[in-house]
Amino acid sequence: MPNYIGTATSRVDGRAKVTGEAKYAGEFNVPGLVHGYVVDSTIPKGQIERIDTSAALGMAGVIDVLTYRNRPQMAAKDDAYKDEVAPEKGSPYRPLYDDRIHFTGQPVALVLAEDWETARVAASQVKIEYQKEPHITDLHAERARAFAVDSPEKSRGDAGKAFASAAVRHAAEYFIPTEHHNPMELFASTAIWQDGQLTVYDKTQGVQNVQQYLCKVFELQPDAVRVMSPYMGGGFGAGLRPQYQVVLAVLGAQALKRPVRVMLTRAQMYALGYRPASIERLALGASSGGTLESMQHEAIAVTSQFEEFARNDTGWGNLLYKSPNAKFEHRLVKLDLPTSCDMRAPGAATGVYALECAMDELAVALKTDPVQLRLQCYSDRHQGEDLPYTSKQLRECYRQGAAAFGWDKRNAEPRSMRDGSELVGWGMASGVWEALQMPATVRIVLTANGHAEVATAASDIGTGTYTIMAQVAADMLGLPIDNISVKLGDSTLPQCPLEGGSWIASSVCNAIANTARAVRGDLLNLANEMKDSPLAGAGVDDVALIDGKIVSKQDATRAVPIASAMQSGTADRITREEANTVAEDKSHARNVHSAIFAEVKVDEQLGVIRVTRVVNAVAAGRILNLKTAHSQVMGGVVWGIGMALHEETLFDHQFGRVMNANIAEYHVPVNADIHDIEVIFVDEPDEIVNPLGIKGLGEIGIVGVAAAIANAVYHATGKRVRDLPITLDKVVQFN
Amino acid sequence: MTPFQYTRANDVADAIKQIATDPYAKFIAGGTNLIDLIKYDVEGPSRLIDISHLPLRSIEPTSAGGVLIGAMVPNADLAYHPVIEERYPMLARAILSGASQQLRNMASTGGNLLQRTRCFYFYDTATPCNKREPGSGCSAIDGVNRINAILGTSEACIATHPSDMCVALAALEAVVHVIGPAGARTIAIADFHRLPGNTPQRDTNLEPDEIITAIELPPKGFSANYSYLKIRDRLSYAFALVSVAAALELDGETIKEARLALGGVAHKPWRSTAAEAALLGQRADATAFAKAADWLLHGAKGYGHNNFKIGLARRAIMRTLDQAARGTPQSISDKKIR
Ligand SMILES: Cc1cc2nc3c(=O)[nH]c(=O)nc-3n(C[C@H](O)[C@H](O)[C@H](O)COP(=O)(O)OP(=O)(O)OC[C@H]3O[C@@H](n4cnc5c(N)ncnc54)[C@H](O)[C@@H]3O)c2cc1C
Ligand code: SF4
Repeated sequence: MPNYIGTATSRVDGRAKVTGEAKYAGEFNVPGLVHGYVVDSTIPKGQIERIDTSAALGMAGVIDVLTYRNRPQMAAKDDAYKDEVAPEKGSPYRPLYDDRIHFTGQPVALVLAEDWETARVAASQVKIEYQKEPHITDLHAERARAFAVDSPEKSRGDAGKAFASAAVRHAAEYFIPTEHHNPMELFASTAIWQDGQLTVYDKTQGVQNVQQYLCKVFELQPDAVRVMSPYMGGGFGAGLRPQYQVVLAVLGAQALKRPVRVMLTRAQMYALGYRPASIERLALGASSGGTLESMQHEAIAVTSQFEEFARNDTGWGNLLYKSPNAKFEHRLVKLDLPTSCDMRAPGAATGVYALECAMDELAVALKTDPVQLRLQCYSDRHQGEDLPYTSKQLRECYRQGAAAFGWDKRNAEPRSMRDGSELVGWGMASGVWEALQMPATVRIVLTANGHAEVATAASDIGTGTYTIMAQVAADMLGLPIDNISVKLGDSTLPQCPLEGGSWIASSVCNAIANTARAVRGDLLNLANEMKDSPLAGAGVDDVALIDGKIVSKQDATRAVPIASAMQSGTADRITREEANTVAEDKSHARNVHSAIFAEVKVDEQLGVIRVTRVVNAVAAGRILNLKTAHSQVMGGVVWGIGMALHEETLFDHQFGRVMNANIAEYHVPVNADIHDIEVIFVDEPDEIVNPLGIKGLGEIGIVGVAAAIANAVYHATGKRVRDLPITLDKVVQFN
Repeated sequence: MTPFQYTRANDVADAIKQIATDPYAKFIAGGTNLIDLIKYDVEGPSRLIDISHLPLRSIEPTSAGGVLIGAMVPNADLAYHPVIEERYPMLARAILSGASQQLRNMASTGGNLLQRTRCFYFYDTATPCNKREPGSGCSAIDGVNRINAILGTSEACIATHPSDMCVALAALEAVVHVIGPAGARTIAIADFHRLPGNTPQRDTNLEPDEIITAIELPPKGFSANYSYLKIRDRLSYAFALVSVAAALELDGETIKEARLALGGVAHKPWRSTAAEAALLGQRADATAFAKAADWLLHGAKGYGHNNFKIGLARRAIMRTLDQAARGTPQSISDKKIR
């Protein structure tokens, strides 16, 4: 029995975080540190005509102002700027490269000063004149320009014909506005040159991605660059690609031969990536019996003029529902904005929102209970690839979620349930995400005193990676968790992919298992070199490490203390580095699922909406830590509430500017908006997905939540709002 | 941001003397609005004269039977003061519906009156804004104006005054005490804030060299029949789309006196004597409330995104009056509207 895996272990880094001991990218102080402040473009498109830095340079404490004209050398080729997750098509943005303006908020100068305040003041004195060009930033106005990109899901049958002849039909467009990640921690980088070595503390979800990127952009040898990101105050996808401040920090450090920190302001962070606004068109055709005949999902989403960022918005129906005919189309509109990017459950948060609202509307048209409709359409195979799942306990999610919520007491009629002056609505939706694994390598150093250091180049973006790794290592090495130290967020550590896509837990934990097995093998060999070893003849898989001992699985009395084995072999440490085994096996679909039930109360006169209850039942394989898993899903639900009711980046399209670039006016839920949230983990043993049966929980918590709330709002009010966020003026016709 | 000097005022006389010597100096109290505006390059004072230490922190009874509130009393202290809670609960609720606990701890009574609009363009120096830069134009009229005004607007500016506290003060007919080089004077709250007209750069009738020393509340607090209802885009920590302060004096079911003020809809807390007069002598019911709403919203005009505010305000007025009449004021801790 494992001691730690599956328990509600508290965060191993909790103390460091609450005491301030944990340092973030903008907090590494070194002697002689120079502070950089970014001057950003006030126009969305055009060319820099004149830059006057004289006033800024004349200020006491200002060291230099870098622009495209006087910056140090950067690579000339596009390839150099392509990071691990850059879109395949397009040419990535190059910070401070030339006089072209591609988007509002683009950095055009970096003021370097002895302190932050001076840099900030001087930045306001840098005068820039632009030659403006006409710009476009409005998806609705430009949708006719949309062009198709490869959809990850193939169409089948004749969806158009099947829809036309279906007994019951529903077709509608849904809209999700641009959203920004708004992590608490501001983006920052501190770049330090010392003896030909560049060390960078960066806010990133992937230290090795940034390290490789910097090597290419600045034409440096791999061993000359080290990137670190030990802690992160939230990333949510914003920290997947190298952000421009890291380039500016290195440019500054190169130019001055001094350490430089560049920290962005909150407002400047609205010129980084964002969840692309998207228009999602759903057309569902059903038989009168309530099975799908046709499923069509088209998305039109935003990208920049220079890169084609697209995620799978439209294919999720293939994972959830049977339909003989299906058509999926993903299109993009290029706007004068930064490139859109991943944000929690990219593609799914938006696509499944639209799909699950459409399913609700279809259920209404069929006069069928929404859960019942989903069960009628339930698919045990991935419809696109015609593959079975490694596991899929979605039926159980529906059952347990509905039971916990009390769904059977729902009166299907809209506006039928009340609580005083409020209308009560109950809605539900399904959620789905991928259970991915990526190659990752973990190093374990076991010392004779019974301590182990477990290391990989992953970042813990706040999800609890430190903790689950300590848990898994403790169990696999048979040590108390306090004897495990986990090292992350350093590019010199063993290879690990970006922290994203919900793949880190499965990747690194399976790598820990492999590495621990290698350590166990070494220990067994040492034990068996001892005279009269009770484990003589045992193979590595015949023994386990338990309570500081190497123990025979058949006979627990046959055991050798780890310390004795190491002592007798005069090994003061065992160091092993192994990767996980990533199955090439394409015979199964790998996914996580959820069912979300939401209650809203809507003030009938005023349209004020409260989400009074949410139950999210999740089937995601083995749950490593009940506490961090619960937090992760609960956070997803909170975000889903925000997506449904609050979040929207407001653009003035005339100026091509974000108007609410601060967290007073860019609304996310506050405590008052959050009531009861219940998270259920449905038991889902899975021996196929990977040896430890881990599927990952990063994204699933948010998927479907906005749809469940939108469906509840409809049930409460009889009003179907198809564009997010659902504000009070969309629910009530006031004038 | 521009560099500035920082000095402290020793007493009120010193404060006035200091501000008189430097036309670009500004007082700083809690700093919760001014510092943001400096960071956004909207304000660029040459000097900050810190008045937060001035002995203007008391809340005292007046000989007229009202209360005098020192300008430096923090918003939180004012809202939780026993006399305010008991006699002027509408004011307490209005304050507590604004900002966050931390901000209310810092924000001062005087500063709250002088907080500037939250119009998005006012904060964005890359866009034209008549209030920030007279003559440059008003971007909000044809722009993102969900949060802008529907009443008392002008071609030059459709900004709102964002304060909650001031809406209650308007309904209570508070009086602002100020001192300037020419001596002390009082300004009725109704005359304190201005309409934008063609000088939207001026928010109030306070002269730049004057300091607010106190706010005086008249004896009447309407503690039996009142309510402050704030409607916003999330349930806390957001500025009002529309807010209503309603206070009634009832004789049985008949309205003897009525006060009604709106927030989030105009360049100043919005009152109308006609609306209040329409309630006098009427039965406190929906018919009377609807008439009052009609009067109060007379001439309301939307600018696109904020059209909904007219209908929302109408319903909010009716709800608030109803809450006041029933003696069941809107709760600030209960997350739901009553
Ligand atoms: C995120 C956020 C949310 C908020 N939400 C709300 C809300 O929902 N509702 C609400 O009502 N308010 C809200 N506020 C605003 C807050 O109430 C004001 O910022 C605060 O009341 C200002 O008081 P202060 O003492 O900090 O003023 P300061 O920032 O110090 O000063 C503001 C102005 O008043 C002048 N001044 C200050 N005191 C005097 C005086 N005695 N005499 C003459 N001039 C003076 C200053 O020179 C300055 O121009 C919010 C603020 C923030 C930052
Ligand atoms: S409404 Fe007033 S504050 Fe807003 S942009 Fe127009 S002039 Fe400026």
